[in-house]
Amino acid sequence: MALLEVKDLGVRFTRRDASPVDAVQRVSFTLEKGKTLGIVGESGSGKSQTVMALLGLLPGNGLASGEALYAGRNLLTLSQRELNQIRGDRIGMVFQDPMTSLNPFLTVERQMTEALQLHRGVSRREARQKAIEALQRVWIPDAARRIDRYPHEFSGGMRQRVTIATALLTEPEILIADEPTTALDVTVQAQIIELLRELNRDLGTAIILITHDMGVVAGLADDVMVMYAGRTVERAGAQALFENPTHPYTRGLLDALPRIDDSDGTHDIDAPLRTIAGNPPAPGEAIEGCAFAPRCALAKERCHSTRPELEAIAGEKDGWRACLRPVGEMMEVVR
Amino acid sequence: MSETATQRTVDMGNGTAGKPLGGGAAGGNAGAAVGEPVLTVRDLKVHFRVPRGAYPWSSKATLRAVDGVSFEVRRGETVGLVGESGCGKSTLARAIIGLTPVTAGSVRWRDTETVSDGRRPASAMERLRKDVQMVFQDPLASLDPRMTIEQIVTEPLKVQRPGLGRDETRARVVTMLERVGLGAHHLSRYAHEFSGGQCQRIGIARALVGEPQLVICDEPVSALDVSIQAQIVNLLRDLQRELQLSLLFVAHDLAVVKAISQRVLVMYLGRVMELGTRHEVYGSPQHPYTRALLSAVPRPDPATERTRTHAVLTGEMPSPLNLPSGCAFRTRCPEAIGACAEEVPQSISRGTGDRRVACIRVGA
Repeated sequence: MALLEVKDLGVRFTRRDASPVDAVQRVSFTLEKGKTLGIVGESGSGKSQTVMALLGLLPGNGLASGEALYAGRNLLTLSQRELNQIRGDRIGMVFQDPMTSLNPFLTVERQMTEALQLHRGVSRREARQKAIEALQRVWIPDAARRIDRYPHEFSGGMRQRVTIATALLTEPEILIADEPTTALDVTVQAQIIELLRELNRDLGTAIILITHDMGVVAGLADDVMVMYAGRTVERAGAQALFENPTHPYTRGLLDALPRIDDSDGTHDIDAPLRTIAGNPPAPGEAIEGCAFAPRCALAKERCHSTRPELEAIAGEKDGWRACLRPVGEMMEVVR
Repeated sequence: MSETATQRTVDMGNGTAGKPLGGGAAGGNAGAAVGEPVLTVRDLKVHFRVPRGAYPWSSKATLRAVDGVSFEVRRGETVGLVGESGCGKSTLARAIIGLTPVTAGSVRWRDTETVSDGRRPASAMERLRKDVQMVFQDPLASLDPRMTIEQIVTEPLKVQRPGLGRDETRARVVTMLERVGLGAHHLSRYAHEFSGGQCQRIGIARALVGEPQLVICDEPVSALDVSIQAQIVNLLRDLQRELQLSLLFVAHDLAVVKAISQRVLVMYLGRVMELGTRHEVYGSPQHPYTRALLSAVPRPDPATERTRTHAVLTGEMPSPLNLPSGCAFRTRCPEAIGACAEEVPQSISRGTGDRRVACIRVGA
């Protein structure tokens, strides 16, 4: 059963003395109960704005269109009051920088119990007990004492664990994690990935994971959506997407990654890295055809004038791609 | 320069001879012996006195950012310097080039002691500035927003090659810009008109225009998107080979370091944990920290990533203000024993060449 169903989501930013920018266009996806959806893309691809729109957190000049159905209600048309009952309760959030998402003036205890008191109406004492348990679940040692400390007294990895514990206090159905490990060191990142995997498995929390790191996605996501210049270019099961990317951009992105392991022999580490030529389009740049066409090795004339729509891939159960070139042709040319 | 010819033969010839590690070393560049050492760092220490409390007048403690590091960079080779944030890798790079005062130790650039016994003679710095240049992490922040690209790339030439005429200077600047993938039509533009990747190209042009022999790159691609990152890594690789440059490549991303380096230095809390060729360090890491670090990197492949065992390190890096006794890594090390707390493990040569591992548990 679909927990969250997003249809034709668009995000438009108006600018005072310029034409509006469409940061997100026609994005659709469904999130199933207990599953993890990875949204990947480079900076400016619209991945963060997609979830900001779902949470009603767009800045004042941003306007969301389309539909995002959660429990029979369209999140995009709810009032702030109605959203407040869902955000931080049924839908939890974890952001990139734990220092800026925690309030430096409040103890960790106050920030954690606030959500429970507000959403669940429990007493402060009971909330505190639950908060301590939540901290223990994210492996914070000495939680009962540490809970009375301020955020600056925690290290970066600990702070991120505090924000995850806070988001999970109300046992949300969906956890939205926007680059949760980007600010962390790799050994600490491994701890957080392990933690998210455990929570997804043990509590059945569905996760929307936004990241630019293909490795993080590979370790966590069941399904992956790849975005480029505000649009979905490919959507598929993680295994299929990594093994057989069907969009030239996805393939280019995977090929451009430097690898730690070269045991499979497909990545000769002495050869130069494969690159995607050129730069992504600037925000607000008028694009007629496929946004990736100027950088695409397979682009034909038609790609520059006709915009490809996201279509189901024939013979694939959950594969979708937005490309005018046939799948078969791509396999031959690029690798 | 007279070394060039011999250098080439060494580079292509016995690159991987006697180095069975890592397998399939196709390129001649992959092995060790490249050229003679040009930069020699001996027991370098950079300590900072920082207030213990919140106020500037609080009593001071010693922060050991770099604590006795020794290594060398040879002519025409790339040395990768990896470690997590706070391990002292940037401080080490900045100390070498003279942007940070040093506490003790020595740095030798070719035939000149640029740091001896923790002192930096002014005359040596002049030599260093001509030969050693730096590329910084944040491409936009490291370019002056009020200068045109021509002014930015010309500035080092004015200092380093004051004898050049106006036409010659301009010709060199244009050639350099073309070499990094920009053109003469960019000369009168400003930094904000360029994307992050293009700004990094300008930063590289600025570093290379004076024909330095060593370029220190401090996280040059970590602010860039993957598709742009690969372009810059390739550009640096090409330039390094073409110009016979030595490169000290500082980064936290182990995969990027692997893609560009011939030898790799792994740091933790200001000390060298392991040093070896790329094939040695990545193919058969010996120090428990190197192994943990490599294991922690998520592989972009769901099949591998979900089946392999993750050796997840517990805890986090201790404060460099309060280092553990003995081995700095022992508080998180899965293999630590009582003796690890007793003394700082010496960096001991292991196997061939100048491979070094600082761990009493290795090879004991």
